[in-house]
Amino acid sequence: MSDMDEQGIPAPEGAADIIETEYEIGQDNIDGQVGPFGFDIHNPVFLVSGLAVVAFVFYTLALPEQAGSVFNWLFGAVTKGFDWFFLGAANIFVLFCLYLIVSPLGSVRLGGADATPDYTYVGWFAMLFAAGMGIGLMFYGVSEPMSHFSSAFGGVASEGGARTDWAPLGGAGGDEAEAIRLGMAATIFHWGLHPWAIYAVVALALALFSYNKGLPLTIRSAFYPILGERVWGWWGHAIDTLAVFATLFGLATSLGFGATQANAGLSELFGIPINDTVEVLLISGITSVALISVLRGLDGGVKILSEINMGLAFLLLLFVLIAGPTLAILSGFADYLVAYVEYLPALANPVGREDVNFMQGWTSFYWAWWISWSPFVGMFIARVSRGRSVREFVICVLLIPSMVCVLWMSVFGGVAIQQVVQDGYTAAQDAELPLQLFKMLDALPLAGITSLIGIVLVIVFFVTSSDSGSLVIDTITAGGKVDAPVPQRVFWCVFEGAVAIVLLLSAGGLASLQSMVISTGLPFTVVLLLMCFAIWRGLRAERG
Amino acid sequence: MYTRVMVPVDLAHKDKLGKSLEVAAKLAATFGAELVFVGVTSALPGSLAHTPDEYARKLDAFAAEQGAAHGVPARGLARIGHDVIADLDAALLEAVGETGADLVVMQSHVPNITDYVWPSHGGHLARHAKVSVLIVRDGKEE
Repeated sequence: MSDMDEQGIPAPEGAADIIETEYEIGQDNIDGQVGPFGFDIHNPVFLVSGLAVVAFVFYTLALPEQAGSVFNWLFGAVTKGFDWFFLGAANIFVLFCLYLIVSPLGSVRLGGADATPDYTYVGWFAMLFAAGMGIGLMFYGVSEPMSHFSSAFGGVASEGGARTDWAPLGGAGGDEAEAIRLGMAATIFHWGLHPWAIYAVVALALALFSYNKGLPLTIRSAFYPILGERVWGWWGHAIDTLAVFATLFGLATSLGFGATQANAGLSELFGIPINDTVEVLLISGITSVALISVLRGLDGGVKILSEINMGLAFLLLLFVLIAGPTLAILSGFADYLVAYVEYLPALANPVGREDVNFMQGWTSFYWAWWISWSPFVGMFIARVSRGRSVREFVICVLLIPSMVCVLWMSVFGGVAIQQVVQDGYTAAQDAELPLQLFKMLDALPLAGITSLIGIVLVIVFFVTSSDSGSLVIDTITAGGKVDAPVPQRVFWCVFEGAVAIVLLLSAGGLASLQSMVISTGLPFTVVLLLMCFAIWRGLRAERG
Repeated sequence: MYTRVMVPVDLAHKDKLGKSLEVAAKLAATFGAELVFVGVTSALPGSLAHTPDEYARKLDAFAAEQGAAHGVPARGLARIGHDVIADLDAALLEAVGETGADLVVMQSHVPNITDYVWPSHGGHLARHAKVSVLIVRDGKEE
């Protein structure tokens, strides 16, 4: 092999525990030609998931009221009835990840003992952050700390023994300083360790079973230790189909909502009217840019956009930090972090809670939401994480993004709350959700420029979700092949935009389908718990 | 005239390599040149190999087989791409420099309507490579 190193072939990747299976990647695929377009798709995952998406869209359009009530009932039943399950499971994911950092299993390297990382820290981090929650930070960075602060400050209210307020835990009625601390702690709880642990579990399972065990990069592969050869049959088809379904609808509904929110921002800034035409144009525009990005591929498209976005987001963060009350924010950052640690055990407690509205309406909802996104985000993170050790991986996917979220929330939420309590400026607090960020920026210097950056960030974060999502769906529906013909990724990208437009134009379609997507969080929670077990077994075999 | 002939190959679709292998081998034999078979793969498990290492071994075996069949020196060169479909053009162009090839022989399809949207890899290479590129098409010419 030594002479080949000079010719650019990586050295042998070192010891790894390849799983011996009769299954050949692509053996269930159909490949061929439709007119001039080549295709290479998994049978039956591609067809079943594609048809299921179309069927659900038709159902929602044909019987909007019935669909709405069915999906909303399902959503309520899942987030309220299984709140303890979501909270308990998420705690397990966090503990499991922390265990991997300190355990000897953390030294296993993804891609074999001698593998080297595919991406630099900056490129890697930019991509996992953009796919993971970039867009959420734009919308909730101001509004969520504000909501929790207000409800905590309002204190506890009850009727007939049941709490009617939305305050986290016991609230902090009338105590402004404590209400801020509790509000920030609750926000950080929803954006910190728990969501990233959810992503880390899925990503680690997929990366381990693909790079080290030689199984295809699809969700089903993580089940090999549990289901054995059955993962290549209907069990596996069902798991992969559910993942495609959740990812596609998750992306399409958030794209639809994103367009209405971007429209609101544009109308506020430039007086552009709010109507269907503008929103359809926005979706088409976002989809077109995403299309260019997927055609340029991971390195030439997705990575570049993610890096641009991370740079812009960092500039905006720095600007707000400097233009706002810098010292107060920085001392707040430390204070909120302490508050988070202090309140964490109570906030994470799955049983016997009195703050039912907060626990079910916020925490349980968020956990279901993150989990329904986890096949997509996890698979994307797996795709770009080859060559990292498990310890490095968990630290970088769990701890660093959590700290960035703490900083982001401290700065954006902190400034907005300061504006209310110190200056009596309530425009951000009173505004509708998509506008809160812009109202907060309004009170700082250079609002015209920063708001424009804000809009660009929102739109580009949607593009990065859409392009990475298309790559993920294409890979799953091609049976784990990452080199399926180009027209396939184009198909998924366009299909996702089309579903978003159809749902946007039908009244109520977006909201009810989003409820349904979040409901898929329940089966996936079971899937994730099994994945923890599979990872543990897989890593032990690796150290064999 | 030529000392090293680079032949890009897609091992997953050997059936589509058509005449290019034979043309390349005959040219190499005529000029006393070496054949270098270049394949681009992803680090992820694929239909051919579970690891990049396994892919490199398969490519080497393929090269040895071709070399023996035509009596010319031959070797393989595997390159890893993060996103093979999108990176293929750039990877092949870099491989030309890396191999030091002075001629590229490459199979391509008969152009159709999609070439207006996605130009062929051979077309891209012919446009940008500094060395001669022979695009081989399976058509009516034989």
